[in-house]
Amino acid sequence: MKNNEILKVENLGVTFNQDKILTNLSFSVNEKEVLIILGPNGAGKSTLLRALLGFIPYTGKITWNTKDISYLPPQEFFSRKDLPPLSIQEFFEFKKTSQDKIYEILDAVGLDKSILNKKFTEVSTGQFQRMTIAWSLIGKPKVLIFDEPTSGIDVGGEETIYTLLHNFWEKWGLTIILVTHDLSIVWEHSNKVLCLNKKALCFGKPQEVLTIENLKKLYGTKIKFYKHNHGDN
Amino acid sequence: MQFILALIMGIFVGGVAGYIGSLMVTKRMALMGGALGHLALPGIAFAMYYGFDISIGALMFLILGIITIWGISQITQLPIEAITAVVFPAAMSATFLFLPKGKATPALIGDISTITIQSALITIITSIIIFIIIKRIFSKLVLISISPDIATVEGINVKKYNFIYLTCIAITVALGVRIVGGLMTAALVAIPASTSKNISKNLFSYSYLSMLFGIVSCAAGIILFRYTNIAAGPLIIISSSMIFLLSLIFKRKNS
Repeated sequence: MKNNEILKVENLGVTFNQDKILTNLSFSVNEKEVLIILGPNGAGKSTLLRALLGFIPYTGKITWNTKDISYLPPQEFFSRKDLPPLSIQEFFEFKKTSQDKIYEILDAVGLDKSILNKKFTEVSTGQFQRMTIAWSLIGKPKVLIFDEPTSGIDVGGEETIYTLLHNFWEKWGLTIILVTHDLSIVWEHSNKVLCLNKKALCFGKPQEVLTIENLKKLYGTKIKFYKHNHGDN
Repeated sequence: MQFILALIMGIFVGGVAGYIGSLMVTKRMALMGGALGHLALPGIAFAMYYGFDISIGALMFLILGIITIWGISQITQLPIEAITAVVFPAAMSATFLFLPKGKATPALIGDISTITIQSALITIITSIIIFIIIKRIFSKLVLISISPDIATVEGINVKKYNFIYLTCIAITVALGVRIVGGLMTAALVAIPASTSKNISKNLFSYSYLSMLFGIVSCAAGIILFRYTNIAAGPLIIISSSMIFLLSLIFKRKNS
């Protein structure tokens, strides 16, 4: 592994019920880079993240140069119903941090500390999203892994979330790995992009690899087949 | 003396059942308590037939039942509830293979009139141990129910804690059947927690109020038993349901 490499993936493959979800995938991420994983629904984006996090079995090799990784699943993966009357304060206490750190991070994502007294189920989607981002940033992790961080958020809110993440990236020098199917955010916020559709269709700097040809390969005619295929697993 | 023993035991079992129940209600497992109570029934019958402690009989069959359910879940795609629904009527019917004549009522709705000092002591100590274990893993289990993925990234071994949790539930049910019988253990874990959920704003008050309601309803049921001679099991559940109804009024006033 090179010195500034924080993640190296070699020949990664994931098979689920004899279906090849990912094949022959190799890429690397350097420290302080923002890698955006781009692809249509059903391309295996979430599966890739789950393999990187070690949640599912895989073939090939995944090497992390750090253990300090924070992960934020898509909104709909958070169970907010049928939960105990958990307060936001109690949710932050899972992180075993100081009260000052909690105030500090809430302030940084633009939330008032009065939110801590609210129930986990009581806040709006937008507030909840900011709150979970704050939660994942507690303890200044080295790597942030986000899966569709703006799912369920309207367009205006989406932009603010990405700007927010961008600011933390500049300020703290984080490494960010982010899954999205939204092309527009790639240009503004990433310095590496991986186009994924079961295998890597392109990998590199967005300006260089996001050619019309590559995008056609990625989304092109095949998009019809994925149209009704919600979720990435 | 018998009465005091039953009362103290009831307070401990009611408390720990209420406490663990607060987790079960949140993890959508409230009815599991009922299914487990039924699974325990053949064990109760078995113990009555051979004349040993019914909690031990119940625990033996609970473990057997859980292993069976888990085993089936590994080879089929059926959801756990469906498998439970298959296994527990089977267990219910097996009960009547062993159940001695005239023992049906105590097995189904409990009997506190035959408690010995030994069994009371063992029950109390076990309740305390279960309480301490659950208290230590409580927040981890809540995080697991919010998102198992996040819990894993936070370094929580999801399988291990779920296993400890299930074992604690099984033991709590085994303790509970002695007091309210195999039919009504679900009430012992589910009602106090539901009552508490109605009026709590955070996890802390929720779990401890649930424990308190468990204690109060068990104590009330056992005291009423002394004066009415109706079986304690149903009286405990009726007291618990009354407190639940009160909490509804309180909730309406506050919302």
